[in-house]
Amino acid sequence: MAQETLRPTTILDELKKNGVTHIVWLPDSETNFMFQAMTSQRDIHLVSVCREGEALAIAAGLWMGGKTPVVMIQNTGLFESGDSVRGLGLDVGLPVVMFIGYRGWTRHGVTPDSAARFLEPILHTWGISYYLLESDADVPRISEALAEAGRAQKPVAVLVGKEYG
Amino acid sequence: MMKMRDAMRVVDQYRGGAFVIAAHAARGGWADVSHNKELDLSMAGAMGKSSSLALGVALAKPGRKVILFNGDGALLMNLGTLVTEAQQAPPNLCHIVLENGLYATTGGQPIPGKDRVDFAGMARSAGYRRVFRFDDLEEFASKASEIFTQPGLTFLCLRVEPEIETRPINQRPNRPKPPFQTYRALKERL
Repeated sequence: MAQETLRPTTILDELKKNGVTHIVWLPDSETNFMFQAMTSQRDIHLVSVCREGEALAIAAGLWMGGKTPVVMIQNTGLFESGDSVRGLGLDVGLPVVMFIGYRGWTRHGVTPDSAARFLEPILHTWGISYYLLESDADVPRISEALAEAGRAQKPVAVLVGKEYG
Repeated sequence: MMKMRDAMRVVDQYRGGAFVIAAHAARGGWADVSHNKELDLSMAGAMGKSSSLALGVALAKPGRKVILFNGDGALLMNLGTLVTEAQQAPPNLCHIVLENGLYATTGGQPIPGKDRVDFAGMARSAGYRRVFRFDDLEEFASKASEIFTQPGLTFLCLRVEPEIETRPINQRPNRPKPPFQTYRALKERL
């Protein structure tokens, strides 16, 4: 059962191991479990935004300034961020990992929530690779995603599939 | 009300080694005025998000001044940015809004709230402590030293005459260079 747990400290340790400096974040129910851990540590700076479209643009500025940010938003927020993803993610070739709360994700059943149904087709359309994160066993995928973003010089997504973990 | 380039010349006198982002309608004017183009970014994509980009650079490079020329219409597309900027409060960021009351790059349609919206007031309410607003060039020039040499997150609203662009996008001068190479080159210079 231990492998089914997704612990915030495991995620943060993986980010620190990769030299991540900032998390640009708007709360959602899938990454809510990260809040306490993120705010009680000082190694990675937390930048809270008012709307998700700001997040990728702030990340682009941080990257221009030599930092290594990640973005943490919900799939609904990714939809809102479309022009930022296009103009500052894909056109610029921004090597950033976006943690996306996979609202509506059901591994074994139908997915009535359009927020979940549209997510992967949109990522495919944009040519953005993605990795699924549901338990501690998946955490090494974060390193893979960061490595791919650096290699490909473009955004890569990590889909957080565990609501209120 | 001021001419945009006249106001920009005042800013240029005090920019020093600042990284300057000129977004949308400000791009052509700043390209004519700037004396340090190696540290300028002419930004056209992701409308409304130039302020967020500027905030990210300011947070990453606390030792470098960051000046943004934003439009009033562009700010309205991303108003939450004022709260985010004030929350982070990087002392090296100066957010300038060129208030002309219209969407200059799309043919001159009025912005919502034209002549009613108080951008400086909104910045204050969002948590900005250094807020300035000028209609008159001489008055702005007389206060510019104080504005640009003192540290602190700064919001500056300048009322400027509209310069409306009606040419098709692909026929306009000062088209932005390919972003992939441009952003990387600036990253190296910062």
